[in-house]
Amino acid sequence: MNEKIKKASRHTSQSEGLIFEKSSPGKRAFELPPLDVPTAEPAKALGAHHRREGVAGFPEVSEIEVLRHFTRLSTWNHAIDLGMYPLGSCTMKYNPRVNEFVARLEGIATEHPYQPQDLSQGCLKILRLLEKCLLEITGMDAITLQPAAGAQGELTGLLLIRAYLQKQGNPRKKVLIPDSAHGTNPATAVIAGYEVENIKSESHGQIDVEKLYDLVTEDVAALMITNPSTLGIYEQRLPEIAQILHAKGALLYMDGANMNALAGVTRPGDLGVDVMHLNLHKTFSTPHGGGGPGAGPLAMKKALEPFRPVPILVEKENGRLALEPIRPDSIGRVKAFSSNFGVLVRALAYILAYGPGIRQATEDAVLNANYIRKHLEGVYELPYSLPSMHEVVFSDAIQKKNGVNTMDIAKRLIDYGFHPYTTAFPLIVPGALMIEPTESESREECDLFIDAMKSIAEEAATQPELVKTAPHTTRVRRLDEVGAARKPVLRWKPATPRSEAAD
Amino acid sequence: MRYLPKSPMERQEMLAAIGAKSIDQLFSSIPERYRLREPLKIPGPYSEAEIIQYFKERAAENASGYTSFLGAGVYNHLRSVVTDTIIQRGEFLTSYTPYQAEISQGTLQAIFEFQTLMCQLTAQDVANASMYDGSTATTEAVLMAERLTGRQRVLVARSVHPEYREVLKTYAKNSGLRIEEIPFAPSGTVDAKALQAALKNDVAAVVVQSPNFFGAIESYTPLAEASHSAGAMFVVAIAEGVSLGLLHPPAEADIVALEAQSFGLPPSYGGPFAGVIAAREKYVRQMPGRLAGQTTDSAGQRGFVLTLATREQHIRREKATSNICTNQALCALAATVHLTLLGKEGLREMAEQNLSKAHFALAELLKIPGVRRAFDAPFFNEFTVVLPRSVKIVNAHILRDKIIGPLALGTAYPDLTKHALVCITETTPRPEIERFAAAVKRALEQPV
Repeated sequence: MNEKIKKASRHTSQSEGLIFEKSSPGKRAFELPPLDVPTAEPAKALGAHHRREGVAGFPEVSEIEVLRHFTRLSTWNHAIDLGMYPLGSCTMKYNPRVNEFVARLEGIATEHPYQPQDLSQGCLKILRLLEKCLLEITGMDAITLQPAAGAQGELTGLLLIRAYLQKQGNPRKKVLIPDSAHGTNPATAVIAGYEVENIKSESHGQIDVEKLYDLVTEDVAALMITNPSTLGIYEQRLPEIAQILHAKGALLYMDGANMNALAGVTRPGDLGVDVMHLNLHKTFSTPHGGGGPGAGPLAMKKALEPFRPVPILVEKENGRLALEPIRPDSIGRVKAFSSNFGVLVRALAYILAYGPGIRQATEDAVLNANYIRKHLEGVYELPYSLPSMHEVVFSDAIQKKNGVNTMDIAKRLIDYGFHPYTTAFPLIVPGALMIEPTESESREECDLFIDAMKSIAEEAATQPELVKTAPHTTRVRRLDEVGAARKPVLRWKPATPRSEAAD
Repeated sequence: MRYLPKSPMERQEMLAAIGAKSIDQLFSSIPERYRLREPLKIPGPYSEAEIIQYFKERAAENASGYTSFLGAGVYNHLRSVVTDTIIQRGEFLTSYTPYQAEISQGTLQAIFEFQTLMCQLTAQDVANASMYDGSTATTEAVLMAERLTGRQRVLVARSVHPEYREVLKTYAKNSGLRIEEIPFAPSGTVDAKALQAALKNDVAAVVVQSPNFFGAIESYTPLAEASHSAGAMFVVAIAEGVSLGLLHPPAEADIVALEAQSFGLPPSYGGPFAGVIAAREKYVRQMPGRLAGQTTDSAGQRGFVLTLATREQHIRREKATSNICTNQALCALAATVHLTLLGKEGLREMAEQNLSKAHFALAELLKIPGVRRAFDAPFFNEFTVVLPRSVKIVNAHILRDKIIGPLALGTAYPDLTKHALVCITETTPRPEIERFAAAVKRALEQPV
């Protein structure tokens, strides 16, 4: 083992097949209390043609096997709980456990969305307090907590913009999106019925404000901007950008994915932003859970408020809270039931833990990113030199000379005990290394990361093959992704095909 | 602050290493006049104990201690503590989307198992790694049908969950889709004649739910045949997954949109749940959402990766099949663990208990003078009854007995003001069913 790999050492992990391969008829892991009413005969109650004879292929295993199976699988994952997870744009910060605890409380997790609102005042108060906190943090006028994730927040925002413009007589045709944007921005614009016009960043990676004067016409509904940009750079001329749009009747949408750089320091609402979403699973610490769930609340200026999705949370004269289902100008619902409520509970628990001190988290996130930048600048190429906020983007230009690219470096980082940074994004940086440490990393962890990155740069120069064939320490080696896509195997099937006739 | 791993001295040393005089210098790109001078006006900081106290107080203002007869898309089922034990493991809870396959094999294999379970349940060939919920899964299934057929007219049964239909309308408004609703027959199921009359060769999809919003079970075969004869896709939405343990699966469907909440996820005031899209294999390249696929590594070992990503927004941007990025992965994992625990026998037995208890409850209610069944189609664990007076008034009465009564259908269906949608699951004990029937009887005996 390389002595420079200080953070990790190898240990045995258990092998484990698919759960279906452990199945044997008659085993079970769950028992129900005995039925306390007369049995309804399925064939009689349902009619023979509706009745199913059990689900073919379903697993039959015991409780200990289930527990071991998933525990073994879990040990094959990297996680924030194990160490730094510097995925740029994803804000992989600590997920406080008290948030998990309160989301599971009897009276919180157990509540039905259709129960009487007089018996839901606790849930509604949680929603109301979260609304108030998020409005204070963003400096906006109104909010909806309904969207289930960032991309759905974006869609809700563009539908609001569309409805607002439509009300004035013309929904307009285009949405402008910088070439540094997340892929969800253009994908969302299309669902909202807009054409996408991609705009090129200027040489420092910022919005080309001079060009924007020409690009913003009466056809433009909005500009979607990420601030700080995906380069981790603050858009200094945001208020001017807002003015250019407003002068032509267009609106400014801010993708709040990078709000971890701003919370408590500045407020998008003060910068001229008309509408923005927040990713509660990024800035507000709700767990990523292997890809979700998240929540994507959307905050807006007053002019957009009438178009919010229903139901709307309102305070009644008697101080009671209620969800109102009907608003004449509403864009309608974007998901069933009120929201990803359980995620919202966790986000509020996070905000309450910090209070106004959330600013300290922002400062530490920016401090960590700049500390890493300082130590790796020159070791890796820094394509854009403007000050970094919460993340720093390098490129693999130096290592490329030895045939080592960002993906190779990322895979080698795994051997050093770290989850890779985000590779190959943003698209405006060829061979990008996008590093977001978040405030959750100690100086010691940052130092280990810096040492690892320096050591890999050295390896790339002296023994590039070692890097190009990494990782060397994982359960599986690099996987054949081309083969997986060419001949997709997307489900398990029994080795000897059983009759599906039972269905 | 307990979540932040730095001492004041470490902060100073790090600033010095950077060459910055103060932390403010790192924010110098934000023009001075836009920087907040005052602390944010938000409550806190709270200790862990205070946070728990705050939420316990809110919990006490909710419906603890009530027995509920609500379903309507959100179901209360037994959940093993094992499920929660697994999904709270940090390696699952605090990991990201498994893009780096070598250190995400746990999540990837679990997704592959989830996809397999969903295929087995729905009798479809492929299933994705999750959508937000049943409503957006149904909507995305329709958008998928639009791409596959190149048609824009969509026929949706009025007996599909009202909120699913609302979400579909929101998404459809700007994509040129024309949504038309198909009425229900006296049986409570889709009006086949009305459907036939509306079906032309410009229809992209026919959308039904089963059991539908009234609890009535649809017959797939004739609906599928009618849809296919017009060249339309047959899309089936399933809001109550446990029904699949006992009911004929939607094998005739082209696309299935499933809500997985019933598989180990608490009601949680409406979310987070997990939607799923399952479909025939030939349509996989038009599917939205993530997919895990089996492959091998350079040493020939079995492993799993995210695959067919050229459908997705991070690769295809404005040409992607959907804008979805974050999905409901941890909820899908909960469903995977839960269904694995239940297994073949457990799922069947749970489904049978739901069937038996719901039929028992209907019989109890029908003993009350003036109460009748609204529809005569077979049902699973939900059914609609017609009361001799307004459901809302009856519910107000029985609330005093700490019973949350059935859903009043009149809110979503103004023509059904005396119709009540009753849900019974395996979690409703017989004495509570009897107490509910007695309370309804007393409420109906009250003078008007």
